[in-house]
Order: sequence, then C-alpha cells, then structure tokens
Amino acid sequence: MTPTRRKRLLLILMIALGVAVAVAIFLTAFKENIMFFKSPTEVAAKDYPINRNFRLGGMVKEGSMQRIPNSLKVQFVITDFAEDVKVEFEGILPDLFREGQGVVTIGKMTTQELFTAEDVLAKHDENYMPPEVNDALKKAQNQSPNYNNGSN
Amino acid sequence: MIASIGQFLLILSLVTAVVLMLVPMTGYFQNNERMMRTARPLSYLLFTLTLTTFLLLVSLFVLQDFSVTYVWQHSSLALPLRYRITATWGAHEGSVLMWVTVQALWIAAVARYSRSLSLSQVSRVLSVLGVIATGFLAFVLFASNPFEITNPAPLDGRDLNPLLQDFGMIIHPPMLYFGYVGLSVAFSLAVAALIGGQIDEKWIRWSRRWTNLAWAFLTVGIILGSWWAYYELGWGGWWFWDPVENASFLPWLAATALIHVQAVSERKNAFRGWTVLLAIIAFSLCVLGTFLVRSGSITSVHSFAADPFRGIFILVLLAIYAGGALTLYALRVNQLRSRDNINLESRETMLLANSLIFITSTFTILLGTLFPMIFDAMGKKISVGEPYFGLMFFLLMIPMAVLMPLGAQLKWHKDQMSTAIKALTPHFFIAAALTTAAYFFFDTLNLRATAGVFGGFWIASTSVAQIIKFPGKPNAGFVGMSVAHLGVAVFLFGMSMTEHKDIEKDILMQPGQTSTVGGYDFTFNGVTQVSIENYQAQQGSIQVSKNGHDIVELNPQKRFYPKQQQPMTEADIHPGLTKDIYVSLGEQINQEGDWAVRIYLKPFIRWMWFGGLMMMAGAVIALFNRRNKRQERQQVDHVMKERLGIS
Repeated sequence: MTPTRRKRLLLILMIALGVAVAVAIFLTAFKENIMFFKSPTEVAAKDYPINRNFRLGGMVKEGSMQRIPNSLKVQFVITDFAEDVKVEFEGILPDLFREGQGVVTIGKMTTQELFTAEDVLAKHDENYMPPEVNDALKKAQNQSPNYNNGSN
Repeated sequence: MIASIGQFLLILSLVTAVVLMLVPMTGYFQNNERMMRTARPLSYLLFTLTLTTFLLLVSLFVLQDFSVTYVWQHSSLALPLRYRITATWGAHEGSVLMWVTVQALWIAAVARYSRSLSLSQVSRVLSVLGVIATGFLAFVLFASNPFEITNPAPLDGRDLNPLLQDFGMIIHPPMLYFGYVGLSVAFSLAVAALIGGQIDEKWIRWSRRWTNLAWAFLTVGIILGSWWAYYELGWGGWWFWDPVENASFLPWLAATALIHVQAVSERKNAFRGWTVLLAIIAFSLCVLGTFLVRSGSITSVHSFAADPFRGIFILVLLAIYAGGALTLYALRVNQLRSRDNINLESRETMLLANSLIFITSTFTILLGTLFPMIFDAMGKKISVGEPYFGLMFFLLMIPMAVLMPLGAQLKWHKDQMSTAIKALTPHFFIAAALTTAAYFFFDTLNLRATAGVFGGFWIASTSVAQIIKFPGKPNAGFVGMSVAHLGVAVFLFGMSMTEHKDIEKDILMQPGQTSTVGGYDFTFNGVTQVSIENYQAQQGSIQVSKNGHDIVELNPQKRFYPKQQQPMTEADIHPGLTKDIYVSLGEQINQEGDWAVRIYLKPFIRWMWFGGLMMMAGAVIALFNRRNKRQERQQVDHVMKERLGIS
C-alpha cells in the first residue's frame, strides 16, 4: 500500500468508526429519552412506564381544580370521560389552563392513584386541541363502556 | 374591490412564474437567445406583481376590510395600526404570500446581480427559481388564498392572537423567510449547474455569496425568534426544541455545512458533488420544515390551523423539488467527480469533517423531529423532547468545538498536522486555566457547562491568536471567518452559563413580602389594574434591590384581551450584560391579593444572541471578499503542480 492509500484507508476507517459511535449514542439517547403519551384509560389499565416520565393528556375535569392553601400546589383531575386520573402540580399553570379544556402534562405516577406533574403544557392558541388528546378522547368514546359523553 | 385586484394579480403572478419556468429553459435547450433573454424581465415582472399583491393585502388590513375572510379572522377594529400591518403575516395565508414575495425578491436580485454569468447560466438559474415560485404561488392560490371573501362581511374581526401583538412579530418572520427562501437560490444554482452538466470555480464562488447571505438572514431570524420566545412567552426559555424551531434549525445546520464545503470547492476541483448535494438537502429541509409547520401533523406550540390538504400539497412540492433534483444529481454525479487530490493534513479535510459533523447533527435532529410521526403511524404516541435533543447536540458539538481551531490553523492545500497541533497546544492550557478560574468564580459548574465554557475559551483563544499572527493584510474572508468563529465562542459561553447556572423560582408572594433569590431581594408591592390600547392588565410592582440598594422596579403584566377572551403573561426584564432579572406574574391565588410570581435570574443570556449576531456579521463581512489576482495565480500553480506530480 502506498502512503496515500494508507492515509485514505485510515480516513475511511475513522469515518466509519465515527458513524458507528454516533449511531450507538443515538440509539441509547433515543431509547432513554423518548416519552410515551398515555390517556387516563391507559393509566387506569396500568399501561404506563413505572418510575419514568410520560405524558398524560385529556380534559381537565369541571370542578376538579383545587388549590392547597399557602403554597403553589394544585390538584386537578384529567379525564377522557371514561377514566379519571388525579394530578398534582406545584408551580405556575399556563395562561390557557382551564377546567373543561384539553391539557397535556408531563410527569410520573408517584402512587397508584396520583400523577405528579413536573410540567403542564401551554398552547399558544385556545382553539387549538393537542392532536394526541383529541385522539385519546375519540378512542375513549368509541371503545370504553364507561364513557359518559363529557356531560358529567 | 382591492381584494379582487389582489386575486387577479395573484393569478397573473402565477402565470408569470409559469412562463419564467418554461420559456428561458426551453430557450436554453434550443439554444434560442431571444427566449433566454426573457428570463430577466420576467423576473422583475414577477417581483413587481407579487410585491403589489402583498401590499394590497397589507392595505386590506390597514383599511379594515372585513369582507375578506383572512382579514376578519386576524384583525379587529380595536387593533392598533402597527399590529394591523404585521397581522398580514400573522397567520398561514398571509405568511405564505409573504414567502412568495420574498422569493420573488430573491429572484429579482439574482436577475439584477448576475452580470458576471453567461446568458445560458442565468436563464437556467432563473427558470429553476421559476419552478419553485410556481409551486408556492399555486399553493397560495389553491390551498391558502388570503383574498377569499366572506359574504355578508362581519361587523368586527376576531382579532389577532395577543402573542403576536408584539414588536418581535414585525421583524422575526420577515428575517426568517429571507433566510429560508434565500436557500432556494443556492438550490437553484446547484440544479441549474446539474442541468448544464458542469460547475467551475467562478460558478461556485458566485453561489457562495448568495448562500452566505441567505445563511446570515437565517441566523438572525433564528436568533430573533429565540429572543422573542424568551420575553414574550412569559416562561423564560430561549429554545424548546419544538418541531417548528427545528424546522428553522435543520436548514441552518445543512446550510452551515454547505458554506464551509463551498470554501473548498471554490478553490479546488473537489467536493463539487458534495456541495451540490448539500445545497439540495438544505432547501429540501426548508420545504420539509414548511410541511411540518403547516400540515399540523406534529404537536407543536406554534399552531397554524391544521389542514391535511395543505400538508399534502407541500409534500407533493417537496417530492417534486427534492426528487427531481436528486434524480438529476444521480444522472450527473459522474461528471462532478473531483479531479484534485486532497491531502489528509490540510484545511480541506477539516472542512469536510465540519460538513460531516453538521450533516450528522442535521439528521439526528431530523430523526428526533420525525419519530413521533413514524410512531404515530404504528399506533403509538410518543414525544421526543429536550433531553434527547440536548444530549445529542451536546455530543455532536464536542468534535465541532475541538476541530474548529484546528481547521482554521491548518493551511490550505498541504500542511503538517503536528505543527498545527503544536501551535494550538498553549491555547489548550490557556482555555483550561480560564475554565478552572470560571469554575471557581461561578461557584462550580456541572459537566456540560464546564465543557461548554471550555469550548468557548478554546475557540476564542485560538481565534484571537490566529488574528494576531495572520501574515499580511487580512482579507474580508479571513475577518468574516474569525468574527463568526468568535461568535461561536461567545454563544457557547453564554449558552452554557444560561442553561446551567440560571435560577428559576416560582414563589407565592403576599403584598409587601420580600423574597431573596440569588442574592437579590424582590419586594412585591401588589397589583394594580391598568387599561392600555386594546387590552386591560393587572400590573404588578416588584422592587428589586441588592444589599439595600434599589436596582429597578419591574412591572410584569397579566394582560387580558377582551376581544379574544384570552389572558397573556407579559414578563418584565431588567437586562444586563452579565445577568438578566426576569419577573412574570402567574395568577392571583386568593382574595387577599397573593400572587404566584416567577422570578428568574438568567446569567449571560444576552451573550448567546450576541454570539449569533456575530456569526451573522461574519457571514456578511465575508461577502466583501475579493480574492486578489496573485492569490488566484498561486493557487492555480499549486493545483498544476499537484496534477503534474511535482512536489
């Protein structure tokens, strides 16, 4: 092999190694950092990752919002009109957070019944319904025997 | 009346674009000079038509013509004049019209400043730009017509989204579009060259200027978007890895790779195919980004009204542009094969490495952005958020930061790696010493912040040394590069500090209460009701002081826009060179007037944006580069020597 060729081979090997490392990192980062979206029905069926953050979305149930006095803690219920999940959050809620509106929260189940949210997501536009929430509501409507059309 | 004229001009623009797409190109293939000569006048005509159309839409907003659907949906009688003007591009239809107008401006600029190109080259480039303009004009006309009429007209409009009633709306979208659409010029130049079957140095040098300019606009557009999000959204973030942000960031990454590879291919007959491919990728990512933003297929905080037809339309455009260009590339790639050898130990190799790093980053972020869609198709709902993007980008930027000074240190053509490394070694220790100092001065930094700060010092120290040691009179190319690279250093430092040393506190405050955050005392003096222009607001008064000395009184607002029945948080910020004090109101917690208050300290956040502006400035300075005759002759000598095998 001529020196030029050896250099070129070295370069190609280096690139291949770089790509391999990048792919390995990518797969690891990806596996550990994706977040699943779950609806209250799925949570009720215990279909959620344990000790890991996931996104829980649905409607904020009318009349469920409660403040814990002398703190920024709030509790509310997210529902897909088939199942309910109790959510606790400490912090400042987004401007467009309201009872009876769609919401997506990020956090984990801290007990069997309580979802502790680290983040409650804001939307720029109040007419906008997060697509996942929309889908989850439709699914609950079509598939769940407990569905009560949202009139409570 | 105005609306019908606008509608008519829109159709006329489309016809002009179709003619521009067909006639000069046909002229090129039939070697018909008269047909080729139509390219320039058609370009000017197209620009005049689209600009008039756009101004007509602006005037509809100014005159409050609510018979036009788009106007009443996004304006109202109470909306102040300046926001009525910006409302023109505040939603989907108008923003696409703006896109087309900016596109036509670029086309006209190419027509005007292409004297140095031959007629056949110019006609090809303008025709390809005509193809793109045709696609987007058809999109405006058939899928998002801003001139649609509502009959009978409502008495008042629905008003503009309060978030868009802001100064940022005036400048951020136009800048971003200038960059976004500007990449279509690089794309068209590449495709026109592929059609002609050959690319020479002059061609690449010429297209490099345009790419630089587009890149500068894109950079400033992204920076403005980040700054706007920071002060307007009321929660103090500057980058969210939201799909829409990624949509602007992906073309930026690809274009960054492109401008670096062009530096090689304008000097040597090497990497020509790669240059062309990167130009195609960069603009295809712009179109893909447009698809992501406008189709509503991805959850995002930016919610343009979702419409599947629009999504499919843009997807078809993407398929035509990217598919067509890539097919052409595949057919011609043999003619683009490099003829010059590249030495491993040279700046050329480093620039190639740069482009590989940037393109890897592009695809990593693209995958993260698209994965939710792919999973969705398989019936699973996932989201990919900051942890993924943050980690991946951090890892990919390590080799970038390590290699950047080395690339700038190595000479063109042929150099010795060991000499370059020896020259850079002292700076490694300087950077290490400065990082250690920073580590203690800022009371410990975590791993990522330490790495980022080190990267910043490393790039800054080496860049400064390279400027000092530059032999002879620095040319604009070198100055531009140095300024841009120093901008990267400033950005890295600012970003690392902001991300990892910021303090964010949400506090429940009673009127009269003082809370201490990060050494500052914040006294909450209650909230008063104010009424301004088209909104009412609850305005808080928070006195900031340190060690008993008053610094500033901040007045964050909780605004309420009666028209849209929508509340909005308006933060108040005390900006500073080394620290921003950021206060915003949450909500009133109880009847006694207690409020939830956000208090943030954001160290060095302005450095980030300033670094971005330096990158932009670097690209603009590089536009003025005139390579002198002597340099060119030297380079030709080098290349000839290489070819003849003399060393």
